[in-house]
Amino acid sequence: MAITLGHYLTVGAILFTLGIFGIFINRKNVIIILMSIELILLAVNINLVAFSSFLHDLVGQVFALLVLTVAAAETAIGLAILAVFFRNRGTIAVEDINLMKG
Amino acid sequence: MYQAIVFLPLLGCLIAGLISLVGARARFPGADPAPALENSTHDLGPHTGSGAASEHGAHAASAHPATEHDAHLEQVPPPAMGSLPAEVVTTTFLFIAMVLAWIAFVRVGFYHEDARVPMLPFIIAGDLKVDWALRIDTLTAVMLVVVTTVSALVHLYSMGYMAEDPYRPRFFSYLSFFTFSMLMLVTADNLVQLFFGWEGVGLASYLLIGFWYHKPEANAAAIKAFLVNRIGDFGFALGIFAVFWATGAIDLDTIFAQAPTLTGKTIHYLGHDLDTLTVICLLLFMGAMGKSAQFLLHTWLPDAMEGPTPVSALIHAATMVTAGVFMVARLSPLFELSATAQSVVIGVGAMTAFFAATVGLVQNDIKRIVAYSTCSQLGYMFVAMGAGAYSVGMFHLFTHAFFKALLFLGSGSVITAMHHEQDIRHMGGLKDRIPFTYAMMFIGTLALTGFPLTAGFYSKDAIIEAAYAAHNPVAPFGFAATVIAAALTAFYSWRLMYKTFHGAPADREHYEHAHESPKVMLIPLAVLAAGSILAGLPFLDLFAGHGVEEFFRGSLTFGPGNHVLEQMHETSWVIKYLPSIMMVIGWGVAIWFYLLRPDLPVALARWNPALYRFLLNKWYFDELYDAIFVRPTIRLGRLLWRGGDGWLIDGFGPDGISARVIDVTRNVVRLQTGYLYHYAFAMLIGALVITWLIAPAWLGGGH
Repeated sequence: MAITLGHYLTVGAILFTLGIFGIFINRKNVIIILMSIELILLAVNINLVAFSSFLHDLVGQVFALLVLTVAAAETAIGLAILAVFFRNRGTIAVEDINLMKG
Repeated sequence: MYQAIVFLPLLGCLIAGLISLVGARARFPGADPAPALENSTHDLGPHTGSGAASEHGAHAASAHPATEHDAHLEQVPPPAMGSLPAEVVTTTFLFIAMVLAWIAFVRVGFYHEDARVPMLPFIIAGDLKVDWALRIDTLTAVMLVVVTTVSALVHLYSMGYMAEDPYRPRFFSYLSFFTFSMLMLVTADNLVQLFFGWEGVGLASYLLIGFWYHKPEANAAAIKAFLVNRIGDFGFALGIFAVFWATGAIDLDTIFAQAPTLTGKTIHYLGHDLDTLTVICLLLFMGAMGKSAQFLLHTWLPDAMEGPTPVSALIHAATMVTAGVFMVARLSPLFELSATAQSVVIGVGAMTAFFAATVGLVQNDIKRIVAYSTCSQLGYMFVAMGAGAYSVGMFHLFTHAFFKALLFLGSGSVITAMHHEQDIRHMGGLKDRIPFTYAMMFIGTLALTGFPLTAGFYSKDAIIEAAYAAHNPVAPFGFAATVIAAALTAFYSWRLMYKTFHGAPADREHYEHAHESPKVMLIPLAVLAAGSILAGLPFLDLFAGHGVEEFFRGSLTFGPGNHVLEQMHETSWVIKYLPSIMMVIGWGVAIWFYLLRPDLPVALARWNPALYRFLLNKWYFDELYDAIFVRPTIRLGRLLWRGGDGWLIDGFGPDGISARVIDVTRNVVRLQTGYLYHYAFAMLIGALVITWLIAPAWLGGGH
């Protein structure tokens, strides 16, 4: 069976959905939210690379590299914020982070 | 001179009021007086001489109920600054007014110097021009004498009675204000001026009943008096409107001149043709019923006894409550023309005389007995008024003022002697401890019961004769009621005397400490006692004899068919002696019951408990009114409060709108949970919606 564009897109869609649900269903750890965001970005990357190969257009792969860079930076900053947060509040449980309201 | 009589009390009132205000300011500098008032919560007001209070402080603590107990422990506030000047100024002014009033009485009554003193223009509206004027004729002169004399003596008496009250300037200011209002009432030249005085005395009555405003009963009594009087005043005001509608004038001269032309005219109202004069007279009489505490509107008078005793003597016995009688006499040209109204006046008066006397039989509060007696005697006066014998009614008013003020002031003396004990069951044997008060009360009781040669004898006999001689269809009822009431009066008056002054002391401790009042209280008693004897025979001819025409002249009107004054002298000797016989019967029964066989009244009450309770509870009038008027009113008020204000206005009105906005915002705030994943979800939904909106445009653009 030849692997077609549809398969790549399906994998991307599954990963994306997992990421989305990882954000909502998860009630335990903020790190899991960060990982879910990574998952969403990777799903997007798979889509970009798949379309790049399918359309013979390198711009997609270049964009995927850009996304990887941004994701790395975002994860670094996110983890740093989490470390400071944990130092201040002593917890990073999602349930306990509820101060963002009027 | 007449201005001086009327306005000196006002001046005294203003001066005392100023002193009172300055004193209050000095006592509570720069702050509202609330905390200090709490200190005085337990202050019971008057105590007699300062030595007496300290002497009895200890024993009173044990013998009195808890409230009084506290009074001696609590710090009594110091007397207001300038109490003595306020007392002296108001009392002096009143005595000057009294002397002037007696001069005026002689000049008007015997030298026929009637006067009309215009003061200033009062109402000028279109064709209506009314002056503020003093109308001085014999009727007014009699009232001037009564009001200023009793008021001056009560002022003097209060200097002793209120000696330990911290708020004396206020008290004397109110007293003088009352006197001024009453003088304004009796000198009124038009109905609106009369109404002004009428409301003024009502206000003064309210203020003085509630003088000890820290006592809840006093406040309740004051409000009750004010409200019941409003009912009467409502009728009075309607009567004034009706007079104005019928005659186009409110000044007395014009009304009296026009009155004969109104006979036979009718008012068409709600499909009925009502006789104009009858309607006017009945409405005006409604005001008199309220002010003079007549049957159905009497309930406020006994409760008014919560006020200080001098107030009871001045306002609720001698002067204000006679305003209704005075008003009927003043408007005699109108009442004389309506036989129906006269019948009502007799009927109500007779009913009151009988009813109040029966209730007086079983009361135990010394002041309430005298209050019901007042009510009953006012009924007598109205019987005379309704019978057409206006001068006779005025005669009884004149004599009654002396002996009823005497009885009240005597009761006050007893009450201070007994340390604010008012229940006659706790008294007894006091005649040895306070002989002077006893002697004065004895004279007052003789006069009230109509003992021969006292003042009450002549006036009461004259009323009963007039009721007998009158041609009114209701007059026989008036005659019967007044004769029976004469016996009842004798009984309850002597019951009061014997329970208070004779027999064994019921309360040994109080008895031992009972002491005679200071001289400043005894002198007024002596003067009034002299009046109770001398106000009768010398004035008999002027009020009830052949001198009436000469004495009253134009101030009273006797219709062409009204010969009651002549006919009452032609009644048989039986009628003449009947009141005295009834008096002796009542007195005899009282002696039998309370001196010879003290066990009999108890047995009688046991034998017929239903009747006893009926009388003790004042014919259940308070309960009846409570069920008919008070409770439905409270229910209506609650409905409007809960339903109208709470549900409708607060739910949907101005407050309602703001409340609903707050509800909405509260729900919006609840959307903001603070949870990360809720925000993330919202963000995602937002992204979806935006994509959903934008994507078709892209795709469409792509095609």
